[in-house]
Amino acid sequence: MYPEEFQYTKDHEWIRVDGDTGTIGITDHAQKELGDIVYVELPKSGETVTAAETFGTVESVKAVSEVYSPVSGEVTAVNGKLQDHPELLNSDPHAAAWLIRVHLSDPQEVQKLMSSEEYEKYIREGGSQ
Amino acid sequence: MKQHPRHARPHITRDENLIFERSSPGKCGVDLPSPEVPAASAAELLGDDLVRNDIPGFPEVSELEVIRHFTRLSTWNYGVDTGLYPLGSCTMKYNPRINEVVARLEGLATDHPYAPADLTQGCLKILYDAARCLAEITGMDAVSLQPSAGAQGELAGILMIQACLADRGNPRKYILIPDSAHGTNPASVTTSGYQVRNLKSDAHGCIDLAELDRAMTEEVAGLMLTNPNTLGIFEVRIREVCELVHRKGGLVYMDGANMNALMGVARPADFGVDVMHLNLHKTFTTPHGGGGPGSGPVAVKKVLEPYLPSPTVVRSPDGPYCLDYDRPKSVGRVRAFYGNFGMVVRALAFIAANGAEGLLQSTRDAVLNANYVMRRLQDLYDLPYNEPCMHECVLSDRRQAARGVHTIDIAKRLIDYGFHPYTTAFPLIVPGAMMIEPTESASKEELDEFIEAMRAVAEEVEEDPDFVLNAPHSTRVSRLDEASAARKPVLRWKP
Amino acid sequence: MRYLPNSPRDRAEMLRALGHSSIDDLFSQIPEQIRLQGRLDLPGPLSEQEVLEFFKQAASQSTREYVSLLGAGAYSHFRPAAIDALLSRGEFFTAYTPYQAELAQGTLQAMFEFQTLITQLTEMEVSNASLYDGSTATTEAVLMSLRLTRRNRVVTARTLHPEYREVMSTYLRHLGTEVSEIPYSASGQIDRAALEKALNEETAAVVIQSPNFLGVIEHFNDITERVHRSGALLVVAVNEPLSLAIVNPPAEADIVCGEAQSFGVPVAFGGPYVGFLATREKLVRQMPGRLVGQTTDSNGRRGFVLTLATREQHIRREKATSNICTNQSLCALAATIYLCLLGKQGLRALAEHNLAQAHYAASRLAKVPGASIAFASPFFNEFVVKTPGNAEALLDELRQEKILGGINLERFYPELENHLLVCVTETVNKAALDRMARVYQEFPAQKHARAAAPSVFSHPVGWEKA
Repeated sequence: MYPEEFQYTKDHEWIRVDGDTGTIGITDHAQKELGDIVYVELPKSGETVTAAETFGTVESVKAVSEVYSPVSGEVTAVNGKLQDHPELLNSDPHAAAWLIRVHLSDPQEVQKLMSSEEYEKYIREGGSQ
Repeated sequence: MKQHPRHARPHITRDENLIFERSSPGKCGVDLPSPEVPAASAAELLGDDLVRNDIPGFPEVSELEVIRHFTRLSTWNYGVDTGLYPLGSCTMKYNPRINEVVARLEGLATDHPYAPADLTQGCLKILYDAARCLAEITGMDAVSLQPSAGAQGELAGILMIQACLADRGNPRKYILIPDSAHGTNPASVTTSGYQVRNLKSDAHGCIDLAELDRAMTEEVAGLMLTNPNTLGIFEVRIREVCELVHRKGGLVYMDGANMNALMGVARPADFGVDVMHLNLHKTFTTPHGGGGPGSGPVAVKKVLEPYLPSPTVVRSPDGPYCLDYDRPKSVGRVRAFYGNFGMVVRALAFIAANGAEGLLQSTRDAVLNANYVMRRLQDLYDLPYNEPCMHECVLSDRRQAARGVHTIDIAKRLIDYGFHPYTTAFPLIVPGAMMIEPTESASKEELDEFIEAMRAVAEEVEEDPDFVLNAPHSTRVSRLDEASAARKPVLRWKP
Repeated sequence: MRYLPNSPRDRAEMLRALGHSSIDDLFSQIPEQIRLQGRLDLPGPLSEQEVLEFFKQAASQSTREYVSLLGAGAYSHFRPAAIDALLSRGEFFTAYTPYQAELAQGTLQAMFEFQTLITQLTEMEVSNASLYDGSTATTEAVLMSLRLTRRNRVVTARTLHPEYREVMSTYLRHLGTEVSEIPYSASGQIDRAALEKALNEETAAVVIQSPNFLGVIEHFNDITERVHRSGALLVVAVNEPLSLAIVNPPAEADIVCGEAQSFGVPVAFGGPYVGFLATREKLVRQMPGRLVGQTTDSNGRRGFVLTLATREQHIRREKATSNICTNQSLCALAATIYLCLLGKQGLRALAEHNLAQAHYAASRLAKVPGASIAFASPFFNEFVVKTPGNAEALLDELRQEKILGGINLERFYPELENHLLVCVTETVNKAALDRMARVYQEFPAQKHARAAAPSVFSHPVGWEKA
């Protein structure tokens, strides 16, 4: 269910790291908790994000959830498809519905995140801090 | 198959198009009096660049069509007049017809807000009398009727706290709000410029005194609470709570949304509250009107009186009533003119019709009804806080959720039994909350029927959860696609 | 008590079912010391007949025998009987906010129609389902502009309704928002040079009322471009929306907001009224207040729901776009019914009638020696007259003729001594207007210097506040 090549946060974001670039999204667990996603608000390319700080919001019909960055760095790409098709976050949260790409300013930060195995255990135990 | 003609359908399922779709050029629902003054040329008087020539798409229908259109729409609604409306936190009680009559009396419905005070003594007297009644009911010293609704009462109240503390030297930075609070509370606090600090409730759903003691620092301006709280539970240690806040230099705001539990029984001023608002559309039977207008008078102790919104209505002993604009310490205006006067007329009519005894009996019935429902449902529905309740009770869907059925689904199924649903998913501290407020307007007979319906639904959840999940089955429209509505909003008709 | 449906036996049975012997047992969690001892001191109980008597008595101390030429944000228009007939349907007026859409399609569809009517009148793309009143709608428009531009300076015309400006200042004070007021020019329109000077890269919004508080219609053609060049939003407030049937709405405005009381809502001593706020589609997520959207049900049937609710306080709490919870649904319904009744032709004809009436009155007054129309710019149904002599004394004379002759502007604009704001709608007949003109003509010279009678706003000194 949860790809092994990703790292995970306790706020239910994932990151896939290729060299010094990280691709960030929300987990399948997060989209299920939210229900039908209707709107996504994301930063622009060139803005910076900081580990454990919010960089956007994901909205369902009756809830708003902030998205926290797993890492720090500069945003290099934003998934434009989500503006018109927020429902992708429900159907394909781990691939097509990635949110942003970030140029990592401190690759060491990834070490602090959970592995897929740890994350699965975390959500089995309730999935909140 | 041959198409049936459109009108060959029973009334309740009939399609009623948008009024724009009924429109046809040349029709008009009014005939205006013939002008007595010389006709004016718009182009000449306003200039060609200002004159508008058309309002594209604007409806053109006859009077009868307007009457039928809105009458049909009305039949798709459910109101207090239709039946039991146990919507928690909203106090859906009977809206007396005489209130509507008196609010429409010529003179009251027609006086202009800027007409001379000596010619509008009737309106001013009503404002004055209503303010006095509300002061008496809350035990407070002064009342402003200006706030348009509860949320504006909250804002006015918090601004008064700010002004008062500023006069004492430091307005401070934070307002404490219990995690069970209505959403308007934190929103109003933010609008006032304060920041919100959340206060965790204790195991009984009440304010945790130790937690409050820790949170109530020099930086905190005050506490904003609801009593009875949104679980319908009276804050047993309310006096200690208020004393603690006062000792630390803060003030106490009470959201009066739940005043229907207290009228004639206890007065917020007597248990330490400094400022509160009332919802005339809840406790004092002004109609909810499908979402408004509300009215949110704010009542204060002497210490906050100088800061009330301007103007206030004053009177010399046995002399005329007038508006007092000379209020140098006022937090200012929160809206134009003097408030939702028409709602104040209705509220005063309700208070006068009841008198002290009537209000007390109303409170007693409201509390009795809520306890009756709670105790007769707690074997089938989870009761997260097993405390005696006041005017409303909060159950949860915990048992039904195990079958995949949630509070919203049970609510939708209740519609098929002829009841308006309870409040779903609030307060937030109870997962899957089912908040039931029968009010004093529910008879025992109706409550028994409601209880039976709730028990029947609980059974259905066990036997055929899908049937409940797809409810309602009896309404004009079935469950609506809210996700599509939010993804690609269609907010107006287009030709 | 006639409103209560439980009989003494019902109550006894319920108490018994709960295992209690006395109703007081249910209040035992309220500590004894804070329970009310004794009875509330209130009027009543009154029978229905007595309630009616009480309010009839109050209604008799009113201006109902007077002809009113008062406007200034509260306009007397004729209300067709169909409005109250429909508003009185219990399914409308005793329903709650339509959160349970399946049981509230009536309210929802009517609000969708209201939103559509407002967008048609304002030529905007989206409208919400109403706000409290014109003053708060204008304030919400400004708050919305602050969020959208992330700037913290507001420029407002001094001819925006004085009470709207006061409300705005109540809301903005704590935000540290700088508000500059732009004076009016000799024509009564906004002073363009002063506006130009006031605009800078910190300006979030420029707020202009039209027709403005002096009744004058603003020309926006050159203003819009100047405002947009500075990166600010143009907020246009309209509190006599009947004017929109005959005056072009400012097509390039970013937000058009104001008061829709004129459309079938009684003057009722200042409220309840119905604010509106309309804007561009792209700004919809920063809008305050409820929105109704069209969708389909599980059988593909058209239906309506409250939508984009995540902007609102019950979900976003302290981060909501506004603290507003209620709208003015029933008043918005009145406006919807009114606009449907009048329709395209009726609204236009009524606007022309108002225009003609007001211009007739103005032309009569302009001929009175010593009187003049203060501003040369175009007006709709409201205008400022400079009085021949003391304005308060003249109002007093008009009162003798059972005419409420206007609002003394000196209170709001000290420089406008002896100027009245006069509003003439279809509710005033020609005979009354002629009577008014005669009072002006006959206004005796010796009275010109007479001490003013107490005005609406004067505060009698030394009265004890109750």
